[in-house]
Amino acid sequence: MTKINELKTDAAVTWCPGCGNFAILTSLQKILIELEEEQVVNFNNVVMASGIGCHAKIVDYMNVNSFHSIHGRVPPTISGIKLANPELTVIGHAGDGDAYGEGLAHLIFAAKRNININLIVHNNRVYGLTTGQFSPTSPAGFEGPSTPQGSPEDPLNPIELMLCAGATFVARGFSTNVKHLRVLLKAAVKHNGFSFIDVLQPCVSFFDNGDYYREHTYELADEKHDLSNLPAAMERAGEWSYGQGNRIPIGIFYQVRKPSFEERLLGSKIIVKTKPKDIGPVLAKQI
Amino acid sequence: MKEISILIGGKAGDGIKEAGHTIARLLNRLGYRIFLYDEYPSLVKGGHNFNVIRGSDKKIRAHKKNLDIIVALNQETVEKHKNDLKSGGAILYDSDKVDAKGISIPFTSIVKEIKGISIMRNTAAIGAMAKSLNIEWSVVDKLIAHTIKKQTDLNLKIAQKAYDKVNKPHLSLTRLDMGPQPLLTGNQAIALGAVQGGLNMYIAYPMTPASGILHFLAGHEDDLGIVTVQPENEIAVALIALGGAYAGARTMVGTSGGGFALMTEAVSLAGEAEIPVVFVESQRAGASTGVPTYTAQGDLLFVLHAGHGDFLKLVLAPGDAEEAFHLSSLAMKLAWKYQTPAFILTDKHLSESTFSFDSGTGEEDPVEPLLWDGKGKYRRYEDKEDGISPLAFPGNSNAVVKVSSNEHNHIGFTTEDPDMVESIQKKRLRKRKGLVEELLKYEQVKVYGNKDSKTVAICWGSTKGACMEAAEELDIKMVQPLVIEPFPVEHLKKALSKAEKIVNVEVNATGQLGKILSSYRIHADHNILRFDARPFTVDSLVQQIKEVLP
Repeated sequence: MTKINELKTDAAVTWCPGCGNFAILTSLQKILIELEEEQVVNFNNVVMASGIGCHAKIVDYMNVNSFHSIHGRVPPTISGIKLANPELTVIGHAGDGDAYGEGLAHLIFAAKRNININLIVHNNRVYGLTTGQFSPTSPAGFEGPSTPQGSPEDPLNPIELMLCAGATFVARGFSTNVKHLRVLLKAAVKHNGFSFIDVLQPCVSFFDNGDYYREHTYELADEKHDLSNLPAAMERAGEWSYGQGNRIPIGIFYQVRKPSFEERLLGSKIIVKTKPKDIGPVLAKQI
Repeated sequence: MKEISILIGGKAGDGIKEAGHTIARLLNRLGYRIFLYDEYPSLVKGGHNFNVIRGSDKKIRAHKKNLDIIVALNQETVEKHKNDLKSGGAILYDSDKVDAKGISIPFTSIVKEIKGISIMRNTAAIGAMAKSLNIEWSVVDKLIAHTIKKQTDLNLKIAQKAYDKVNKPHLSLTRLDMGPQPLLTGNQAIALGAVQGGLNMYIAYPMTPASGILHFLAGHEDDLGIVTVQPENEIAVALIALGGAYAGARTMVGTSGGGFALMTEAVSLAGEAEIPVVFVESQRAGASTGVPTYTAQGDLLFVLHAGHGDFLKLVLAPGDAEEAFHLSSLAMKLAWKYQTPAFILTDKHLSESTFSFDSGTGEEDPVEPLLWDGKGKYRRYEDKEDGISPLAFPGNSNAVVKVSSNEHNHIGFTTEDPDMVESIQKKRLRKRKGLVEELLKYEQVKVYGNKDSKTVAICWGSTKGACMEAAEELDIKMVQPLVIEPFPVEHLKKALSKAEKIVNVEVNATGQLGKILSSYRIHADHNILRFDARPFTVDSLVQQIKEVLP
């Protein structure tokens, strides 16, 4: 109990009652406590970051180091933090508009590089804080204030996208299934490389599809699924394309170990502990 | 004044840049002070490239239009530049490929005979040029052995053959009684200055004319103890720099106008979240893609105003390699002390021209950031009289470090409370007073030429080189602000206090420094603006200033 209080702040929580963000917040607090007990993480070395949108407030509700960044830019923000100090445990939070719209290129490149950061996408499939416009993962025909006739676009499937981009940990969670979510979060933080979790969550104000998820989700772990098999992962990812499909798989689609970006770029160097050298010898070579 | 101007030209792929730099090193070893101007079109093979290498017994920062020697590897070099040849000057050319009058040497045949490859024509050109200037073979021999690491023997043979083919020297270049100095481009000076200022990580997306910083630092990572990163775009560049700085690494980014346009949201974030990052903006001729490998000073107002909202900025505009070095180091230190974004405004002409660099120009005062003393509860944005809140970094066992793009309270939590919004904004802006006072320790406005003259030419950045020599030649005063923000208006007014005629000289179409001056009620009588994507040369600027003076 004291541990959880250590992670709480005095900031007033301003999410709507029933918002899926609460489950993500408390799940994260719980797994961090467990990981600290297991000596996998140290609270002092945890850095959270967020973008712009309802999800972004999460950093105010956690008493850990944090960087409330800007829309779409969480992956490069946390990449900079991780490169500067690879000893930090870096957990990024983004919304669906954030990660899949404004900052899509960054998301793909974070996966391509396999930098050892965690990205949790609070995917409510709608722009909540800006009052309900369609997002990159809204179903076709979604009616919002900017698309009163229905969205004329098909949704993006971020699981397929991340598998194609080279992510080494690709998972989907559902905010209501907190027990399962905690398993995913813990595995993500432990994974050495880029960890991606798309967390389906209802937006109680603008896209309340919690019942739909409850009825249609199933856990990959309950079925035979080889985590290191990319074609199998793609097949599972294609079962539900954020619109059509009756079975929505949740769990880890794919997990493999590859050298991380900072291992390849820095070796054992820790930038914040490395002082630049005297420029004299380099200058002398210019004569 | 003992001096020489040499132009070497050919098509892209002829190794003009390498040859130009070898000639610069040759003159450097003979004791000359160097300025090298490198002009090339935006293509990889073909087109017309040329370097102008000027050597002098005095420190120089610009090239001249009038030439002593033209070294032509293609016909276009002769056609484009022959009118710039001084009387008594000579064209040295590849007689296998070029039709001209002057010193005719078959570079192509020499290379073939010695079984070299076609790019080695540039080595033949260097050999022949050295003999034409009556430079001893031993100097050339040593330099080639030192600079050309691939197929050194072959290159030496080619150079010697071409050297021997020149019957008699065209002129005799005196060896000067000065030792050689390091030769640095403006970009290299900025890079080394940043390292001197504590740089840990340089992040950039390739963009001419800033890429030289990335290439130089990437090539010297281990020598300098730094790391370079090339991310997916300039937005990522800027955010990685901010993330790194938050974690405690000194970071710098570099780009040109188009890339900087993408970084402006991060500039604003750095201001709001009080994260120190140095941005290098190397201007090129615009707007938009413009003339990508050519120069301009058209982004002054853009950089000055970049980023939405009110926040503190430091904008510095070096005009030569020494200033590039010192201001880059200073930008790094002051960005960290005042926890705000700092900007180095350079351009193609400063970034990619090569200068003799005087490394012995003064020890720098230490400028240290304020670090948290570890007492009590850490508040990232603690209210302080001078606005500077102590820094701590994630990983500190006693501090929780929270930064935010949202308006925030002293801990870093989001706030919309009117009193807090106003109070934290005031805290950030209070840092300006300290910065202005700190800058008093440094020369913010430089004065050259005849300091008693009532006619004053004002310029900034890379225009300095041509402008200061023109002022000396015309016996007028020249004034150059090095700091653009916080603008040193008192210093500038003092430098202009006896001015009766002010001539504002800039490489842009609308006189952007002139506009800033006007806002401080300093009005130029004349604007001399060049915007053909080329820099002023000393001789062309002398003519233009003469035209506006009575």
